[in-house]
Amino acid sequence: MNASGPKQRVRRDPRLLIGSALLAALCAGAVLGPLLTPGDPLAIGDVMATRLLPPFSRSTTGAWHLLGTDAFGRDVLGRLLVAARLSLSVGVLGSVLAAGLGVVIGAVAAWRGGWVDRLLLALGDTLLAVPRLVLLLVIAALWGPGLGTVVSVLALTGWMGVARLVRADVLGVRALPYVEAARALGASSSRTLWRHVLPNALSSAAVAAALGVGSAITLESGLSFLGLGIQPPAPSWGNMIASGRDWLLIAPWIALAPGVALIVTVVSATLLGDALSERAASPGRAVPSSP
Amino acid sequence: MLLWLVATLTFLLIRLAPGDPAALLVAPDADAATLARQRAAFGLDGSLLAQYGRWIIALLQGDLGTSLARAIPVRTVISEALPYSLWLGSLSLMGSVLLGVMMGSWQARRAGSTADGVATVAGTMLYAAPHFWLALGLVVLATTGAATLGLPANLRLPAFGVRTAAVELDGVAALGDLLRHSVLPLTVLTLTGAAGIARYARSAMRAAWRAPHVMSARARGLTDARVRRGHVLRNALTPLIVLVGLALPGVVAGSVFVEQVFAWPGLGRTMLAAIASRDYPVVLGLTLLYASVVIVANLVADLLVQRVDPRRSATAHDGGVRA
Repeated sequence: MNASGPKQRVRRDPRLLIGSALLAALCAGAVLGPLLTPGDPLAIGDVMATRLLPPFSRSTTGAWHLLGTDAFGRDVLGRLLVAARLSLSVGVLGSVLAAGLGVVIGAVAAWRGGWVDRLLLALGDTLLAVPRLVLLLVIAALWGPGLGTVVSVLALTGWMGVARLVRADVLGVRALPYVEAARALGASSSRTLWRHVLPNALSSAAVAAALGVGSAITLESGLSFLGLGIQPPAPSWGNMIASGRDWLLIAPWIALAPGVALIVTVVSATLLGDALSERAASPGRAVPSSP
Repeated sequence: MLLWLVATLTFLLIRLAPGDPAALLVAPDADAATLARQRAAFGLDGSLLAQYGRWIIALLQGDLGTSLARAIPVRTVISEALPYSLWLGSLSLMGSVLLGVMMGSWQARRAGSTADGVATVAGTMLYAAPHFWLALGLVVLATTGAATLGLPANLRLPAFGVRTAAVELDGVAALGDLLRHSVLPLTVLTLTGAAGIARYARSAMRAAWRAPHVMSARARGLTDARVRRGHVLRNALTPLIVLVGLALPGVVAGSVFVEQVFAWPGLGRTMLAAIASRDYPVVLGLTLLYASVVIVANLVADLLVQRVDPRRSATAHDGGVRA
């Protein structure tokens, strides 16, 4: 693999292919699935007749339940797919917003320099010193759980790594002759930054955003598992696992299915992110995905 | 300095949140005077700045305040839970570093082979699996799984708590009991940690195997084992030390879920309980503790890296190490 040129390596990289294929399948399932599965996955019907049906069984109403039903007789597959919409969008939105925030903060810090730089760096170091989960727990718990809180909290606690990368990139780029040329031609300071400097510092931010999706989804599911994320009856993989917890021994499929969905999603996001970062990394500048 | 910033930020974060902790502690129909007395008793009266000032001064004297929910010093709350978390955390960290480095070096030597591919896939899946889900799976295995297989009672592992209830044990028996209770949480923490470390160890060792001096050592006819010990491991050590420093927040995060599922009375569970009951002083104290552990770990990693790799000492100041 190492002998072939960079172009060939990208084309042959199976991680890119598998990762994007799996993610595409998941997205398709998330978008189309709820339209195809029987009934409303959130509605509760005749509970006693339809609850805790094992996978591949048929309920009295004649509906098939490929992954069985949960304690309230709701179709696990249907809920899984609705949850996929939420979990995927929270993960993508959270990590893209985090990367965006990181780009802005990193660029401003590097461009303005002086006390602004020092202040923003100190803020980043402060947030980095507290484990991300602890920050998430504190903020999510105190500001009231919910979809909006989860997304904004993910963004607010995930920008520090990107900001460091972008800051270093901007510092490097701004010494280059073409930036000086732009300024000499009379471009304003902010125009030079946004039009000429930043576009050259964006690749690392994009990779970091891709790598962040996996951990954002994991964190969302963790918060939802603890009851601090997405609130039932809205399904999320995390709160589905939490609700299956009481039925582990009788109906393990309730907790099993969302766990498998989570693993597949995070694995494919990680594969994709790894492949992208290897592709974008210049020597000595690989972006590690945070554990 | 950094710790002070963390303290201030957390204080603001918590105090600016909606909700009045004093209102939670008095009867719903209490009058304003009772409420005010309750606030004063817990130092929740006065302006935010005054509260902050009082809290920071107390903090400098080593006083973390009093738990609102349990009315005992925060220091006691923490020192009750700390040993349990230290026990799990240190054992699993050691285990995952050992296992992860061994796995990574085994894979690096076979990079590109089927065995390496299988191990990579398995590792990535383990790394991606949420702690709480794995923990729940182990609970099922240890309870119904073991019962179905008909394992004898002394081979079955307890899934909850730290010690067998209602039995007084001492000395070796007590230690054995603790160990039996630790097996399941340690398995989850160690395996997930090792999977993460192996990912990095593999790429670090792979890079080291390709270095010119390693090729020359092998050309001289040194055995694989000697090359690995003397030339490869040594060069892969620097990224690994940095990694262990960076992995620590992950250990903390993992332990929160694992402690919750296995009913382990450590810091993670204490944190969740304190958050649920809006016990601000405990939340603040624990956040500070976590932050200082992370800061100290990064510092130690930086210093170790300089010892192992003298080239780094010149560049360590521009923050390259912690990127």
